[in-house]
Amino acid sequence: MALDLETTGLDARRHDIVSIGLVPFTLGRIRWAERRYWVVRPIRPLSSESITFHRITHSEIAEAPDLSTVLPELLEVMAGRLAVVHFRHIERPFLDEAARSHLREGLRFPVIDTMSLEARRYRLSLWARFRRWMRRPPVSIRLSDSRARYGLPAYQGHHALLDALATAELLQAQIATHYRSQVTIGELWS
Amino acid sequence: MEVELLEIRQHMSRFSPFEGLSDDLLDALAGQVEVAYFKAGSDILVLDQGLHELCYIRSGAVEVYRRNGDLYNRLGEGDIFGHFSLLRNHRVRFPARALEDTLVYFIPEPLFHQLCEFDEHFADFVELGRPRMEAAVEQHKQANDMMITRVRKLLTRYPVMIEATTTVQEAARLIGDAQASAALVLDAPDDNPRCTFTDSEDRPWKVRGILTDSDFRTRVVAEGLSPGTPVGELLGEGLITIQSDESVHEAMLCMLRNNIHHLPVLHRRRPVGIVHLSDIIRYETHSSLYLVSNIFNQSSAVGLAKLAPDVRAAFVRMVEEGANSQMVGSALSTIGRSFTRRLLELAEEELGPPPVPYCFMVNGSMARNEQSLVTDQDHALVLSDNFDAKRHDAYFLALAKRVSDGLDACGYPYCKGEVMATNGKWRQPLSVWKRYFSDWIDDPTPERLLHSSIFFDLDSSYGEEAYVEQLQDLVAQKAPKSPLFLAALARNALNRTPPLGFFRTFVMEKDGKHNNSINLKRRGTAPMVDLVRVHALACGSQAQNSFERLDAIGNTQLLAPGAGEKLRYALELIAMARIRHQVIDIQNDQVPDNNIEPENVEDSERHNLKDAFQVLSNAQKFLKYRYPLPVRIGRAR
Repeated sequence: MALDLETTGLDARRHDIVSIGLVPFTLGRIRWAERRYWVVRPIRPLSSESITFHRITHSEIAEAPDLSTVLPELLEVMAGRLAVVHFRHIERPFLDEAARSHLREGLRFPVIDTMSLEARRYRLSLWARFRRWMRRPPVSIRLSDSRARYGLPAYQGHHALLDALATAELLQAQIATHYRSQVTIGELWS
Repeated sequence: MEVELLEIRQHMSRFSPFEGLSDDLLDALAGQVEVAYFKAGSDILVLDQGLHELCYIRSGAVEVYRRNGDLYNRLGEGDIFGHFSLLRNHRVRFPARALEDTLVYFIPEPLFHQLCEFDEHFADFVELGRPRMEAAVEQHKQANDMMITRVRKLLTRYPVMIEATTTVQEAARLIGDAQASAALVLDAPDDNPRCTFTDSEDRPWKVRGILTDSDFRTRVVAEGLSPGTPVGELLGEGLITIQSDESVHEAMLCMLRNNIHHLPVLHRRRPVGIVHLSDIIRYETHSSLYLVSNIFNQSSAVGLAKLAPDVRAAFVRMVEEGANSQMVGSALSTIGRSFTRRLLELAEEELGPPPVPYCFMVNGSMARNEQSLVTDQDHALVLSDNFDAKRHDAYFLALAKRVSDGLDACGYPYCKGEVMATNGKWRQPLSVWKRYFSDWIDDPTPERLLHSSIFFDLDSSYGEEAYVEQLQDLVAQKAPKSPLFLAALARNALNRTPPLGFFRTFVMEKDGKHNNSINLKRRGTAPMVDLVRVHALACGSQAQNSFERLDAIGNTQLLAPGAGEKLRYALELIAMARIRHQVIDIQNDQVPDNNIEPENVEDSERHNLKDAFQVLSNAQKFLKYRYPLPVRIGRAR
């Protein structure tokens, strides 16, 4: 499943989750109709910048449930599935922190990070090091720039579900382009 | 609506056949798709696999193949595929492969059927019920009925309105200030609410009558009334009006019936204007009927040449009013024939009466009554068998030259193939013409027929019509009995083929190559006309017009049931596309030609043309099979 969190910031200890988007998929199909989406009420007040960024309003937040009520449902959907994210340093620590504070135990789970798959190719490879040596600017590995390299369309981003869809499409494209369809998870996860 | 659906639904709503879907259906669609990425070169649909989804190209490009591996279509962003299989046996009949890296949205079958059920346009498009080509032609026909020009189109301003208590002098001043020639006279409403309307300030009024320029002469001055007389006293009983949605034609009849020159136009009960007879005359001046009568009123070739711009204006107006290709073709042919006849009359006036009887024969599109705006002249002279070249030919050469030069000046350029009466070969007595036709039919080769097939569209335009009728009889009798002739003609009819369709801003050929524009005559109407001619000659029809030929073919067993109808729709679609693009050229101040550029072709027109090309292509394949060149003759040599 592709997973994307929208948060009030980058630090799991100081910031909160605002919304969670989840789209189940295989390498053959993205099952968009089975998507799941939760808006949750953050513990700390929402800044106006993040409102414009996520297009989630105060009133939506006011009616939203607490993360503690959403968490069991989320964990149930995640069970038995492998999470695919773009930039794992958001989803992993934020969900770990959420589990610690609401369930009193940490949450650790394997992920495939489409950003680090891009980084392996465009930041760490011999070719990328040569580029750096030539003082050429590094290739961008942001979600939309990465997608563009595979001919994927530009989506008007920053909705947790749309970003999850975009991530699922990107992984399909990366595997179709660089890997065998029988590639083992061990080669991909981080 | 859910925000995350926006991205998908906005994309789909830009393309046929989703653009007309209701918001509810679009939301259902955007929420239920499945998605998959296909690397360039990978298979999307494999022959005979089961299929329960409609495929929509979100980005990239896809090639669709026939069972035998031939390219069937090349599709881009916003195109769909797989619907043929969904509507039939759920087996993939046309395999699909990604040409570029492609993102596909899959629409589940239950939703597909829901769309078919709730949206007629969608159903037509995916060919459920009736084919979309037919639907497009029928739609145009319906629009045509609605596009009869309404009388309100002639109105340029609101009527001058004055109260019944206004003095005659004041009324004359008001009408003069407005530079009008009539005014409506208003009065307080009476008991009859059917005549009452309210003005912009909500005051109720009724229209009591109309006051025109001539009333001042006949009712005021002639009667010696004082300038202080209230206008109410001048009005007669019973005002004649017309509703604004009546046709211009009806307005004209109404004026003639009642012998009036001013006609108040009402929208329900509210007056919206006054039409004057001169408005109608000005409007009718651009009609082809008026143009034809004007042609016959010209007393010189120079005068005729000055009418060339009027031909264009009449053409544009016909198309704007929603005429179909047959109406446009026959009107333009009538105009072309009228030019020809008038030029012949003028030539005879100058050169004196002809020494022997003759028939001026027209060929090609004019004979078929399918002329377009971009057309050259094709004609010949069929002379009496008493013709003696030494004594008479100088006269007929001079006659032919005048007509040919005159037509050129009127906008019908000389024929590049020299199919003109000025060419001695085509200025011959009837007996020679009979021999020509007999030779072509009895001893045909594709090469010989290449330049003479134009003569198999033949009609008289002036003179002894019986001459050309005899030639038509001869062709109709001999042609069906000569398989070799039909085979040679059929072979030539395959020389020009349609393209496969459009891809992005290109015309796509069957071998996958791209072109920037397409000549719709050479690649569409002309091969279609050639093909119809072969079948028509095979069944001994004397019809010249392609649609009439199709009628004649339909009475025989030559084509499979329904095939003739398909050809008719395809011809109409291609011919109309060609005509419409000529109008676009004229409106953009460009010289109209037979080319269309894909970027000017609307999405729906692309799909229709693609279907029409397909029909033509299939019909060409059938032609080759139906009229084979007899191999025995080849071997004997």
